Amino acid sequence: MTITENKPTKIIGTRLLRREDPPLLTGEAKFTNDLNIPGALHLSVLRSPFAHAKIKSIDVSAALKIIGVVAIYTGKDLQSAWAAPMPCAWPVTTDMKNPPHYPLASDKVNYVGDGVAAILATNETASRDALDAIDVEYEPLKAVVDLEDALSDKNIIHKDLGTNKSYTWPLLVEETPGCVEEAFKKARYKVKERYVQQRLIPMAMEPRAIAAVPQPFGGDITLYSSTQIPHILKVMSALTLGIPEQQVRVVAPSVGGGFGSKLDVYAEELLCMALARKHNTPVRWVEERSENSHATIQGRGQIQHIELAADEKGKITAVRVRIIGDMGAYLQLVTPGVPLLGAFLYAGVYDIPKAYDFSCTSVFTNLTPTDAYRGAGRPEATYAIEMAIEALAREMKIDSFELRKRNYIKKEQFPYTAFSGLTYDSGDHLLAAEKAVKMTDLAGVRAQQKKQNVPGATKLLGVGMSSYFEMCGLAPSRVLASLNYSAGGWEAATVRVLPTNKVQVITGTSPHGQGHETSWAMIASEKLGVAPEDVDVLHSDTAISALGLDTYGSRSLPVGGVAIALACDKVIEKAKLIAAHQLECAAEDLQFAGGTFSVKGSPDRALPLAAIAFGAFTAHNLPDGCEPNLEAQVSYDPPNFSWPFGTHMCVVEVDTETGAVKILKYIAVDDCGNQINPLIVEGQVHGGVVQGIAQALFEEAVYDSDGNLKTATLMEYLVPAASDLPSITTGHTVTPSPTNQLGVKGIGEAGTIGAAPTVITAIIDALSSLGVTSMAMPASPQTVWRTIQEATRGGKK
Amino acid sequence: MIPAAFDYKRASSAAEAISLISQYGSDAKFLAGGHSLLPLMKLRLAQPAMLIDIGRVKDLSYIKDAGNHIAIGALTRHMDVETSKVLHEHAPLLSHAAGHVGDSQVRHRGTIGGSIAHADPASDLPATTLALGATYVVQGPKGQREIAATKFYKGFLESDLAADEMLIEIRVPKMQGAGWSFQKFNRRAQDWAIVGVAAWRRKGEAGVALVNMGSTPILATSVASAIAKGASISDAAALASNEADPQSDLNASTDYRKHLASVLVRRALEAASK
Repeated sequence: MTITENKPTKIIGTRLLRREDPPLLTGEAKFTNDLNIPGALHLSVLRSPFAHAKIKSIDVSAALKIIGVVAIYTGKDLQSAWAAPMPCAWPVTTDMKNPPHYPLASDKVNYVGDGVAAILATNETASRDALDAIDVEYEPLKAVVDLEDALSDKNIIHKDLGTNKSYTWPLLVEETPGCVEEAFKKARYKVKERYVQQRLIPMAMEPRAIAAVPQPFGGDITLYSSTQIPHILKVMSALTLGIPEQQVRVVAPSVGGGFGSKLDVYAEELLCMALARKHNTPVRWVEERSENSHATIQGRGQIQHIELAADEKGKITAVRVRIIGDMGAYLQLVTPGVPLLGAFLYAGVYDIPKAYDFSCTSVFTNLTPTDAYRGAGRPEATYAIEMAIEALAREMKIDSFELRKRNYIKKEQFPYTAFSGLTYDSGDHLLAAEKAVKMTDLAGVRAQQKKQNVPGATKLLGVGMSSYFEMCGLAPSRVLASLNYSAGGWEAATVRVLPTNKVQVITGTSPHGQGHETSWAMIASEKLGVAPEDVDVLHSDTAISALGLDTYGSRSLPVGGVAIALACDKVIEKAKLIAAHQLECAAEDLQFAGGTFSVKGSPDRALPLAAIAFGAFTAHNLPDGCEPNLEAQVSYDPPNFSWPFGTHMCVVEVDTETGAVKILKYIAVDDCGNQINPLIVEGQVHGGVVQGIAQALFEEAVYDSDGNLKTATLMEYLVPAASDLPSITTGHTVTPSPTNQLGVKGIGEAGTIGAAPTVITAIIDALSSLGVTSMAMPASPQTVWRTIQEATRGGKK
Repeated sequence: MIPAAFDYKRASSAAEAISLISQYGSDAKFLAGGHSLLPLMKLRLAQPAMLIDIGRVKDLSYIKDAGNHIAIGALTRHMDVETSKVLHEHAPLLSHAAGHVGDSQVRHRGTIGGSIAHADPASDLPATTLALGATYVVQGPKGQREIAATKFYKGFLESDLAADEMLIEIRVPKMQGAGWSFQKFNRRAQDWAIVGVAAWRRKGEAGVALVNMGSTPILATSVASAIAKGASISDAAALASNEADPQSDLNASTDYRKHLASVLVRRALEAASK
């Protein structure tokens, strides 16, 4: 071991390869189910095959006879194990209806997959066999599957609530009372559109896995879970189980994707913990793929009505939005808040007056609970406004890019106070859009389209576009409070320079594919003047990283990454005092660069951080009152949300005979401010775009009228593979965030937000000569073909 | 993903496999590449009490030029069918179709005999061999018999194979330079076809079979006889579904499937005529 030398590092902005990749690619990485836990009992959960039914009786006697089965619990057996129902941390209104939700149902099941009994066995095979041997008598009830049907309250799911409506959340912003109505009356152009955001299954490649181990290192219990949120899970599980919080430790080993689906407190986590404590033995569980489809949250699930009013130039004068949100059978951790995350974005990137009328009514259905899924609320909002802009352009018979240009918030208007009172800190929508137009060669594509889309042609070209603004970072805490969110939006970081000048960064973010270890090391490396490989990043273990709010909502870099930069600053500040003491000069005479303090004007009077770190460790020669060691902790609550933006475009070719859509070109121009590692930014955009394309063309959780999921396996649920996707061309503009020292914004969800409307608008553009003006998602070949049939049967061709 | 308990025997020759299956009867299943059977077992939709593993019966993996036809051992992997020089020369439609089965991993494990014996109408190779006028050789306790592909498929996942018989060879007539095309329409490259078409054409003669257009692979005889009678390709293609009886599913309704079949048969015959 040698003491690390300090040297100037210019590492931020470079394409450093991800340090996470070698262990993942070679299979060295340990996921929860890879942990070797001797003596663990295996949990299986018997799930309801009915969407809505009374439980008449449960006979476990035959299952108990299977060799290896240790115990079987029903919902009634475990009622006393819970100090509280499963948590919902976002009571969006004071009168929000929230039915009690326990890890196992007792009297009635409310969706296919609702837990009915928990089996513990000494091995996985016995616990699986026992599932087939339990005899449950159900009395099926009418299932509520359709959102509009749920809204009618004809069949009420949770009788005690008296309604299927969970809440109505309005956001009416008017310059003068009645001005929205007035604007629609006066409008030269109006559009009124209805869109359906289909339910999506997040399908993280690693399904959920859990191991609860009683007292391995003191305390009460350690929970290993494939989770995005070890910190939130720690407090929530402690509250639900009635265990003192300090005795719960949560560890998230390598986690294979989340997309929001692991941003939750799940029944199985609570069951493993409760049963591990009851039996004083480790209990583990791993989800099957079709179980993941049924019992892990789903995303989207909204019916959107949007109306735009515009003047003779197409300038938008008012926006009216009505949403029905599908909560599913119960409220999970942030289920009710998802539509609210989009509520402020139905005006998109456009400069609109204070004439905005939004309202969301969310309902219960007999389907798997929904919750945050990549983008959560914001892809839905962006889809609606961008599709409505296209509809308005059609109505006005002008080019939709021209219409966008007339409405974009202009560069010189930033910081821009939106109708909602939120401040958009920075942006340049026209710049990003023009770059995308150039990269797409829009003029060339239009010329080719003119040549190709002639009457009788069966391969039609179309070009699509969408501009987006994303509200992410999900902080400041005060704004979250105004939305009734139960937690804050800060993030914690500790930076510690060890005696050998190696650096430990401890973060409250909890990566599950984002490359935080690489990016956070780069930040500390550049700040402190050490090589990135000399920086270790510790995370995802509440015993090591005690404080944190985890990873979701594109928050990790603009909140957690900035917290690390601030902690580095604090370390430097302390080091400076020690350096001044040892160099016998005033602290203000020192400058710090490349890891070395030097006296301004006499560069040979210098001390590297390495010497100060060792000095802080020996504490032989510290200034009076200075504590030993070189370490600093920061909890950072940002002053504003993070506002990434961009424009995506794509060119599609639609085969009108089969309905097949081929994406020929996909251009993503995203502005996330300064980039720490462009390679990782591109990876995030690629993954996000793919999930957006997946919503546009492939994926849908299809239910029958009895509430049975018809797409529970990867054979029916069409997650696209590389061979089904276009090459994605990324471009960037750089508009640094003025609200944080790194100038960074989130990028995790941007691609998903931009992609779906881009693809759908391209398909509609391709088919416009056939009279097609709308397209449902997913635009499967059959859906596209039928839409063409209906349009051409209308006599327009 | 844990199958129900089952027993397991490994056969080292076709004769041993047949003797084992005779012994265990209808509770037993042959295991070849496992790409159809094992997923069903993991979902517990199939629960055979005994698996007879024929995957290591060495003498059943071959591709041989047998004069008028090419003989393919039942345990030949899709990848070997796809890359075979002999097939490239004499039955390129079959090797091309084999390259469309699943993905590369599936093609390295799955076998042509397993695919045909499973008799899934949505699989590529049953329809392709049907279009090519193949003959299947099966072996039972009483010896071997030959079954024309046209007589082999009896219903959904049902074939003329008796419970104690095993498919051992596929005989594909040489294509003699006929034009050909394989059209597979699906939403993801590795999926089963929503509709597939295997077609070949020579002067005044054509063979067309359809994937996933009924409970068995379908020989589109109306199309072939229309071509033989001199009909135009598009007129012949309009008859694509005459012999078909397609299901509705998540990807395609019956009428959309029929429409797709006409489009794809037309495209296949056009390509085969070039």
